[in-house]
Amino acid sequence: MTSILDRPLKARTFTALSLRRRLANAIATVLVTLSVAVALIPLVWVLYSVVAKGLNAVRSSEWWTHSQADMTAFLPGGGAYHAIVGTVMQGLVCAIISIPVGIFVAIYLVEYGGDTPLGKLATFAVDILTGVPSIVAALFIYALCIATLGFPRSGFAVSLALVLLMLPVIVRATEEMLRIVPADLREASFALGVPKWKTITRIVLPAGLSGIITGVMLALARVMGETAPLLILVGYSQAMNFDMFTGFMGSLPGMMYDQTSAGAGANPIPTDRLWGAALTLILLIAVINVAARVGVKVFAPETLGRSFSG
Amino acid sequence: MTTPNPADAGSGEVVAAASVEPTATRSLPWGNGKRGRGDRLFHGLSEGSGVLIVVLIAAIGVFLLVRAIPALARDKENFFTYGGNWVTTNTSAMHFGIFDLLQVTVFAALFALILAMPVALGIAIFLAQYSPRRITGPLAYLVDLLAAVPSIIYGVWGLYVLAPRLRPIATWLNEHLGWFFLFATGNASVSGGGTIFTAGIVLAVMILPIITAVTREVFIKTPQSHIEAALALGATRWEVVKTTVLPFGRSGYISGAMLGLGRALGETVALLIILRGTQAAFGWSLFDGGYTFATKIAATASEFNNQYKAGAYIAAGLVLFLLTFVVNAMARAAVAGKDTR
Repeated sequence: MTSILDRPLKARTFTALSLRRRLANAIATVLVTLSVAVALIPLVWVLYSVVAKGLNAVRSSEWWTHSQADMTAFLPGGGAYHAIVGTVMQGLVCAIISIPVGIFVAIYLVEYGGDTPLGKLATFAVDILTGVPSIVAALFIYALCIATLGFPRSGFAVSLALVLLMLPVIVRATEEMLRIVPADLREASFALGVPKWKTITRIVLPAGLSGIITGVMLALARVMGETAPLLILVGYSQAMNFDMFTGFMGSLPGMMYDQTSAGAGANPIPTDRLWGAALTLILLIAVINVAARVGVKVFAPETLGRSFSG
Repeated sequence: MTTPNPADAGSGEVVAAASVEPTATRSLPWGNGKRGRGDRLFHGLSEGSGVLIVVLIAAIGVFLLVRAIPALARDKENFFTYGGNWVTTNTSAMHFGIFDLLQVTVFAALFALILAMPVALGIAIFLAQYSPRRITGPLAYLVDLLAAVPSIIYGVWGLYVLAPRLRPIATWLNEHLGWFFLFATGNASVSGGGTIFTAGIVLAVMILPIITAVTREVFIKTPQSHIEAALALGATRWEVVKTTVLPFGRSGYISGAMLGLGRALGETVALLIILRGTQAAFGWSLFDGGYTFATKIAATASEFNNQYKAGAYIAAGLVLFLLTFVVNAMARAAVAGKDTR
């Protein structure tokens, strides 16, 4: 009787994968690749629809220089100037309030009190704020400013609601950037006797600046397309209004919503305006996104070495 | 002190003697000592901002509650079980309740979630394991771009572009599978497109990038050693994913899905544009119209003219706030459980 040890050692021939395993592998590959395609279809479709349908309205120079004052759904002409101005102003006022607050919250979380009870509470608060639906943010500003404090509906109230939506995005982006700034940089600065606040403003923030700018720009692009606060906190005006504190105010999402109720889909004039405003909004957001990318290049911390840039 | 020659007698004593430890002096500018004015101001500002954000969250809850209570006190119906028509014009006898809103909101969000979850999983697996490195970045960027499109644009696209294309599918489902409650004829026109069917598909597109981003972030953290071990055992690419990436990333996937659900529950304007408002009761059909919390509030918001009327809608907003809060907390808990394991 020969034991297994007596037989000459021979490498097992490589057995091919069973059909079932090969099939499962092939099916999985097809499915995951398909899912990417499935995700890209709506993206391309949405952008194509907006560009194809919006081009008609946007091509006229009047679109960029005139408001919709004295226009009706049956009178072609007019433009989106009032809406562009309104959206940009509301976005800027929102940014002016949220950028400093957001950056200071992030500085507090990273540099001062991340582990203190307040720090943990603030992290939790940012988490909640991230999930607050825009309609709830708008209702809160309504309950606070309009119902309780008695202010009229205005563009400024919209900006305040947008602050609630922009703040968590800025905090998260800034926090993330500050955390990857190496501790060596801070320690080197402290070793030279530089006070902490100067270390933060001169060393830490510049090192993370490019990422912070990206975060701020993306947050700005997001809030500019928000519609829910507009519906609750300010009426839509067809005419110019540069005053943030009184009166109705135009805005691109507001203009789009106004067109949907003015018979877009059936009547070609509001339909053109609807898609024109949509294209303008997309262009505005694209410009901001490009600015974010350029900002990254310009403010990239070249002088601080590349050790943490990748 | 001169260094003793180790060969000399008694030199051991010198070596054995405790050396004098230099006392540490705190020279750090933010230690217990005095801090400069700039430091105090800066610390104060950042701490103040931290406090502000906490106060903001508390204020959201408090103000919504305070504004909702007077209206709730005048509600003649049970706020949680009344699903009928809202009557808020007569402020002494108001009729409002969230039963139908809750059903429509949850139904539409769950439908969107069921559509989006498998696709998001596929994309996350593709980006983490399958895609050539060169195109991973651009592809991830494109998927993220889906999140950059404003929701109102999704709304008008859904109603004016997508809905007409879905009409044949919707009518086919309704005609052939109408016996099943999901495809039964609902309270909105099937061919009109203003249904939860259309809205859910649009919502699915909107929450796709969120689920994908969170899932992918966890998937790419799968330890390389696990993957290599699976490969060494002769696993195919799919088996690698099944045995290493999926078990490792399950919590991230659940968390991403929850965040997507939270977003879907609170989505306002896309649904406001697509869904046909109706007074008819909700019947759990995909071809129903109706109002979600957010669309109900947004549709009536411009008519808020007294505190009771506004209060009724603010009460609905408060429920939505709590609902999204719970869903988001579940998402955080899913990931937090992962970290401690």
